[in-house]
Amino acid sequence: MIVADRKSLEEIMDMIKPYNKILIVGCKGCVTVCNVGGAKEVGVLAAALKIGRKKDGNPIEIDEKTIERQCDPEYIEQLRDIYDRYDAVLSMACGVGPQFLSEAYPSQKFFPAVNTKFFGGAVQHGIWEERCAGCGTCIIHYYDGLCPIARCSKSLQHGPCGGSANGKCEISKDVECIWDTIVKKKMEQGRLEDLRQIRAAKDWQTARDGGPRKSIREELVQ
Amino acid sequence: MSNNGYKSGSNLEKVLKAGHFAFTGECGPPKGANVEHLKEKFEHLRGKVDSVNVTDNQTAVVRMSSAAASAIMVANGIEPNFQMVCRDRNRLAMMADILGVYSLGVRNMLCLSGDHQKFGNHPQSKNVYDIDSMQLIAMVKKMRDEGKFLNEEEIDEPPRMFIGAAANPFADPYEFRIYRLANKIDAGADFIQTQCIYNMPRFRDFMKQAVDMGLTEKAYILAGVTPMKSARMAQYMAKMVPGMDVPEELIKRLQDAGKGKQAEEGIKFAIEQIEEFKEMEGVAGVHLMAIEWEHKVPEIAERAGVLPRPQVN
Ligand code: SF4
Ligand code: SF4
Repeated sequence: MIVADRKSLEEIMDMIKPYNKILIVGCKGCVTVCNVGGAKEVGVLAAALKIGRKKDGNPIEIDEKTIERQCDPEYIEQLRDIYDRYDAVLSMACGVGPQFLSEAYPSQKFFPAVNTKFFGGAVQHGIWEERCAGCGTCIIHYYDGLCPIARCSKSLQHGPCGGSANGKCEISKDVECIWDTIVKKKMEQGRLEDLRQIRAAKDWQTARDGGPRKSIREELVQ
Repeated sequence: MSNNGYKSGSNLEKVLKAGHFAFTGECGPPKGANVEHLKEKFEHLRGKVDSVNVTDNQTAVVRMSSAAASAIMVANGIEPNFQMVCRDRNRLAMMADILGVYSLGVRNMLCLSGDHQKFGNHPQSKNVYDIDSMQLIAMVKKMRDEGKFLNEEEIDEPPRMFIGAAANPFADPYEFRIYRLANKIDAGADFIQTQCIYNMPRFRDFMKQAVDMGLTEKAYILAGVTPMKSARMAQYMAKMVPGMDVPEELIKRLQDAGKGKQAEEGIKFAIEQIEEFKEMEGVAGVHLMAIEWEHKVPEIAERAGVLPRPQVN
């Protein structure tokens, strides 16, 4: 899923400073799963903003609404009747949400309440880690299902680099060296020879480097 | 092409091919456009080494480009070993720079992935890592031996580089280090310069593996030496520099030398190392990285008995 963090209260307060009536829209997708932008978080943010604004002597009116997904026009339609009742709308979805909202309702102002971070998963309660960089051509079968593109700090296809020590990446003792894991897994399985191959330079055209991407499923297009 | 059977015809290649024990130095370009400062640094190395590595935004700190500094060296009659890291450029910029420096007279290059920008003075920067060091080695070889760019297009006048790569026998997992070296040699490295060595038993073991695997027949391995200036530097390197293996005994030896004598002890250790490398099977030379201590190189070279440097025509 897409993992995000909520922006700081100060930053959000600053963004919506000129407005007195706002709507906060949550998303029941990824950001609900990573406890950032679901109905509960929308409520928490609304309360915090009201308290903050009251303290500043500039009270604010806030409505809350959480929809199924903000990355789908079908659900975004659910705001059709209410979107223009507000000075501004804060989206608690990943970056796709406020953009889909902006496109659907061009006359309204939309602000992101979260920082969209990466594709990852929960490795333990409350901790999410990056697992994929969406490069568009998956090659993890060469590396026993572990991704050096997203998980090596230098996206090396022939690691580990000279900075790997005690299973940690050179950039920080808090970062795992995925190459250390890849090599150890190969060693355990007696398949170190797999890593004696030299791989061609990656074609990044399927990644963001090829420009904004599109995925078309002909059978579904009407 | 008439290069008398040489791949590049660089001085370093000639010295190694003739079977001499090579001795290379290093020079970090200045953090500014001060050409005089650069010249002052490399002048200490004139005649004392076979080629001088020119670092490329070393430790991710911005400096005069290694391409420009290398060209200045060429113009001043000193042979550079142009370093290139994968962190700062994509394949287009890399190939362009390779052609550029070659046209300015550079004949050796060292292919590196580069330290992550997190260490440097612009941790906010976006890195590139379009290709990795292995792919860079293969790319330079392709340009030289096939006369082609990475996209298979023909190069009019290919750059004929003596291709170098780095090896760190001390990073983890240790068992894999020799494989990575073998891969770099397969990819096309003609010579290897190792990370600075302090743990001699481990390096002996690494070299034995390299000899057993026949790697030393295929590429020249230069052992990395950096003289310690003090016990504090040793402690710092042990703790802070990733992939560096500094044994306790060495730190203790420097401490025991006492105040004011630690630098001399560090140099003594470096000289003992060089003496041992001269005899070690598979070691083709020494790469002396006297970081910001270029003025000590002549003395170290003299005392290690590697002077005068051979002249190969
Ligand atoms: S190889 Fe690409 S698609 Fe596959 S996991 Fe890594 S980044 Fe994602
Ligand atoms: S230490 Fe490991 S994860 Fe970090 S850059 Fe090097 S190979 Fe990649």
